[in-house]
Amino acid sequence: MKRIYVNEQWCLGCHLCEYNCAFANSGETNMAKALKGKPIFPRIRVDGDESINFAVSCRHCKEPLCVKSCISGALSSKDGAICIDHNKCVGCLTCILVCPYGALSQGEHGAVQKCELCLENSCGEPACVKGCPNRAIVYEER
Amino acid sequence: MKQYVIIGNGVAAAGCIEGIRSADSESRIVVISEEKHPVYCRPLISYYLEGKTDLQKMKYRRDDYYEKMGCEVLYGKKAVKIDKDAKTVILEDGPAIPYDAVCVAAGSAPFVPPLAGLESVKNKFSFMTIDDTLALEAAVTPDSSVLIIGAGLIGLKCAEGLKERVADITVCDLADRVLSSILDTECASMMQKHLEQNGIRFLLGDSAERFEGNTAFMKSGRTVSFDVLVLAVGVRANTTLVSDAGGQVNRGILVSEHMETTIPDVYAAGDCTEGEDISFGQKRVLAILPNAYMQGQCAGVNMAGGEAAFDKAIPMNSIGFFGMHAMTAGSYFGENEGGALYEEKTENTLKRLFTRNGLLTGFILIGHTDRAGIYTALIREKTPLDAVNFELLKKNTTLAAFSRESRINKLGGAV
Repeated sequence: MKRIYVNEQWCLGCHLCEYNCAFANSGETNMAKALKGKPIFPRIRVDGDESINFAVSCRHCKEPLCVKSCISGALSSKDGAICIDHNKCVGCLTCILVCPYGALSQGEHGAVQKCELCLENSCGEPACVKGCPNRAIVYEER
Repeated sequence: MKQYVIIGNGVAAAGCIEGIRSADSESRIVVISEEKHPVYCRPLISYYLEGKTDLQKMKYRRDDYYEKMGCEVLYGKKAVKIDKDAKTVILEDGPAIPYDAVCVAAGSAPFVPPLAGLESVKNKFSFMTIDDTLALEAAVTPDSSVLIIGAGLIGLKCAEGLKERVADITVCDLADRVLSSILDTECASMMQKHLEQNGIRFLLGDSAERFEGNTAFMKSGRTVSFDVLVLAVGVRANTTLVSDAGGQVNRGILVSEHMETTIPDVYAAGDCTEGEDISFGQKRVLAILPNAYMQGQCAGVNMAGGEAAFDKAIPMNSIGFFGMHAMTAGSYFGENEGGALYEEKTENTLKRLFTRNGLLTGFILIGHTDRAGIYTALIREKTPLDAVNFELLKKNTTLAAFSRESRINKLGGAV
């Protein structure tokens, strides 16, 4: 299955992926209207320290602890992609307690959000990958 | 073709069904369900009272789940005996169901202490099931005074769920603090203060000695009048099916890392079991949903002839009340037990990391809980702290604290 990977030696730490992600999942057609002057809720996050940067998003684990631990049945695996039903999620955050990668976060309205590989929005391909200026983030089979 | 029997129809049973089907798509699965509902998200009953979910959304799996999984569910049936020689499960109303392998996923039952005069209380409820919840919902009015006995997870979630639907809520507990099973004294007092600010009244270190109708007479001499009583003192694992059949039980059914009981072809999973808590190094009842699913799945795979082990169980809870969130995991060893503590504190947030022998053994986080799973993984994987930059991790849950090699392993391939 194709997943999103980051090549950390190429990641500039520019945070553009976070903005592209938040925009792709905003449902808006204009980036300024979607993001300007508002707190953003990206599903990918640039982690790192003063010497290294790398963007972290869901690993779409084969044995997903988040899905097994979800108390509301909101997280599930669809053909290997880990998806969340925002309507079922009650915001208990158990998934955040168990994810070893820190890849889930609480969204604007309380329900948890996570990378769904841009399969659930109208982007067509992962927006973080498409917009990465140094091609550090890739979407491929490994 | 084999026949698998699952006693119980909660999340451990769902895990078991899914574990079996990952290894055997053919054989029959019979699920014995005392409750007359398809598997639902038991921890959501308080969210239901709060109006944050509904009966349809609370279903753990889709409506066609059992059909797709090829399961026959016997609703409203109670298993009363496992005949290990005949390899059958005997139901209360007679029939014996043969099994090649059986999983006891019978959960737990509310423990109601013998309290004088309890029979004179008309409106009294447990808070464990959908049926309990619907009965409680029908009994409360906006004018109700509610007394909840037990300031643990169940009692306090019940209080939160009822808050906007009743006039006032008092919670009492024999323990001198709230959430005594997961919070230490100082963290508990922070949470208690927050709950009090949200209108919950507490009587701690006190217990009801006797009841007369709608009045509780407390040990301290106080009296509490109420319209509705909720009994949330604690739960007891349902172990008798296995102990009656000669299997070993302690506070829960003893299981191996393969979820085997001491009786051949009899497995057990979920809140009725006692498995190894690796943060503590002893067997414990770990009645939490993630363990129920993972134990069930592990049992299912093994029942169907596959090989699975679940050897990474730790206690862990993520729980919020009125907007304040707490996450806890593992075991907290004090200095006298060789443990050490790292702490960060502000007025509304708290972080306590407990270490011992070069390992993170537990934590309590209140308020700021982002990426807490990075800490949980250190406990679960028993990661030696000298292999990571723990000074950095104490302050911030970042993967930058791991070596490049381990980070590439985590992020660079399919996991």
